[in-house]
Amino acid sequence: MLSFFNKTFKHGIHPPDYKSDTKDLPIRQLEFAPVMILPLSQSIGNQPKLLVKEGDEVVRGQLIATPDGYMSVALHAPISGKIRKIGKVPSITGKMVDGIYIESAPWSTQQIQGDQGTNLESSSADEILNAIQNAGIVGLGGAAFPTHVKLKIPDGKQCDVLIINGIECEPFLTTDHRVMLEQANDIFTGIQYLMKATGAPRTIIGIEANKQDAADHLKTFIRSNKNIEVKVVPVKYPQGAEKMLITSLLNREVPSGGLPIECNAVVVNVATTAEIGRLLPTGKGIQERVITVTGPAVKEKGNYLVPIGTPLRYLLESVGVETDKISELYMGGPMMGTAISNLDISITKGTSGIVAFTNEDVVRNEKVYPCIRCGACVDACPISLNPSKLGVLAKYEAYDEMAKKYNLLDCFECGSCSYVCPSHIPLVQYFRMSKRIVRKRKSVT
Amino acid sequence: MQQTTLNISTSPHLTKGISTNTIMLHVVYAMLPVVGFAFYGFGLNALLIVVTSVFACVLTEHVLCRVTGKNTTVNDWSAVITGILLALTLPPIFPLWMTFFGGFIAIAVGKFAFGGLGYNVFNPALVGRAGLQAAFPVAITTWYPAMDVSRFTSVNQSLLAIPLMKPEVDAFSGATPLSAFKFEGVATAGDQLFLGFVSGSLGETSALLILIGGLYLVIRNFMNWRIPVAIVITVFTFSWLMNMIDSTKYPDPVFMLFAGGLMLGAVFMATDMVASPLTPLGVTVYGIIIGLLIIVIRLWGGLPEGVMYAILIGNAVSPHIDNLIKHRVYGTSK
Repeated sequence: MLSFFNKTFKHGIHPPDYKSDTKDLPIRQLEFAPVMILPLSQSIGNQPKLLVKEGDEVVRGQLIATPDGYMSVALHAPISGKIRKIGKVPSITGKMVDGIYIESAPWSTQQIQGDQGTNLESSSADEILNAIQNAGIVGLGGAAFPTHVKLKIPDGKQCDVLIINGIECEPFLTTDHRVMLEQANDIFTGIQYLMKATGAPRTIIGIEANKQDAADHLKTFIRSNKNIEVKVVPVKYPQGAEKMLITSLLNREVPSGGLPIECNAVVVNVATTAEIGRLLPTGKGIQERVITVTGPAVKEKGNYLVPIGTPLRYLLESVGVETDKISELYMGGPMMGTAISNLDISITKGTSGIVAFTNEDVVRNEKVYPCIRCGACVDACPISLNPSKLGVLAKYEAYDEMAKKYNLLDCFECGSCSYVCPSHIPLVQYFRMSKRIVRKRKSVT
Repeated sequence: MQQTTLNISTSPHLTKGISTNTIMLHVVYAMLPVVGFAFYGFGLNALLIVVTSVFACVLTEHVLCRVTGKNTTVNDWSAVITGILLALTLPPIFPLWMTFFGGFIAIAVGKFAFGGLGYNVFNPALVGRAGLQAAFPVAITTWYPAMDVSRFTSVNQSLLAIPLMKPEVDAFSGATPLSAFKFEGVATAGDQLFLGFVSGSLGETSALLILIGGLYLVIRNFMNWRIPVAIVITVFTFSWLMNMIDSTKYPDPVFMLFAGGLMLGAVFMATDMVASPLTPLGVTVYGIIIGLLIIVIRLWGGLPEGVMYAILIGNAVSPHIDNLIKHRVYGTSK
């Protein structure tokens, strides 16, 4: 109860948020591209099993790939049309992956096909989890982790609070903000399903103080409902990271190497929650998502409802980007998002934003100096690692020491250390590589 | 379709926009008032010593970079800092050729031998000063009073002494407040010390201007305030205790704080980022260690001044402090 001083997590950074361009723009539907490109695997886990073949006609919302095992989610047709080709499609990683090309049918009304809905009252927790898996829902915040896996409470564990993550701490992005303002009903329906699925007796919706309007709006929906509350937390990056949010809201810490459920909490992104609230009652699958398209290179910045599989180039051209003029483009926010090298990839379930720049906007003058041990990274790391020391060890390839003595594997790659480093040392990149090497070594032995 | 070239880089794609050379440059700015006061108090002599020292440091760094086939690193401003700091620790009529030699030692031994910026275990300026103390014990303790009437029109002859010749010292010993106390038992008034109208090294005389420079760096977040605060509190507490025990033998705490190089050392030397610990608790311990060492050397050692050795020893233990004091990682029990 003496949590007055603990209203937020330790350390962290305050990057400029660049949200003002899009935060007041209502969500707009993007028109359908003539051809959709769907990588089969759009989340962490197994690629789903394909149910259609080349030449088949599909209807918007139709199930086209079914989950292959527990760690896998379904895939639905984002558009009514014809399967033109099944083969390799370009992906965000630069690799060609298994996927489908669907040609849109101009005659179609693009009515979404639904299945039988999942009744909130009569369904069991497991039935809800199943429905979430079969609706193809993954974490829409950007991590694309299968939501049903996260909601499954392991035996012997208990979820005493459900946290809805409406933080959106990445600069530029405003999708969750708009979803909270425009889809409150879906969010509250989703919360009912989630509380039943996890058995959580109460829910906290966490919102950063720069979205007070969204917090006020959601509060008007819960006058009578005492087990749901909205809590506003200070603006600080990476407030939206699960562990940080749990600490800010509950003053609990997720144990090193553990999941939130080990401190009896489950965290779900707010847009994911809205999607669950919208899809489960009707039995539909996910076919579109809200994406913030912004950055200096974008003429019609905004929050767009984009069908999954929309080619990136098509999206950019529809919002007034001269694709031959852009010099840099990120999928996701600038802190944790990925720089794109190929405009022929497509929007997937995990794409939360597109930020585009032209040559005039990006001035790069980032000479790398040696570490001067200024300690800025130590003061920035939200989980109190010592990035300075880890950076030195990475240089000497002392990966095992990094993991054993300096908790390398607890790093969740928020990038705060690289952001503050005056010597422009790519610390988080060192740690990403080092983590991969440590995991590889572990899996070998 | 026209082909676009896209720049790719790893996240994060935003940076705070502060660069190491910016930090260094601001440290230089913060020292300028102190340099200005040295000029005011000691005239042309001070100016020549500062210029020589900076020139020696920058030249040494540049030449060593070239010789070892590296890109020159003089543009990161750190050699300039070392030069100014070294000059500020020198007496006002220190021969210029010795100053030059000190700058060379500071960069070549204190910095380059350890691997350059970021790898120096000790504060390079203090290494240079320690080298000079060992090589020229007489010259480095030959003082000269501040506010000499002819300071802006003439240069003291001993500055221009010919290298390796025994310098002609025409100085009448203007004892520093510390040596006056240690060897003659004369204490200097606190307000004089604070404002700086006393004899001493170029930059150690005005505590006020040093504090203003330090405050500027703390506000800009380019300096760890815990280090000077820990040193000052430690020195104050212990000298107050000793003074309570025997006020004839041990000076009062205000005198201890503002006499000699303590303020200069605590604010600009001990705070060398490279040679100090990383964590908040670590730097506090580091400051306390330096404070205690200053007390021990000044009160019981053979030298009137102990700041330089105290900081050098503090630098030496700093890596060990970092190894011993780690802060708790999120989600772990220790």
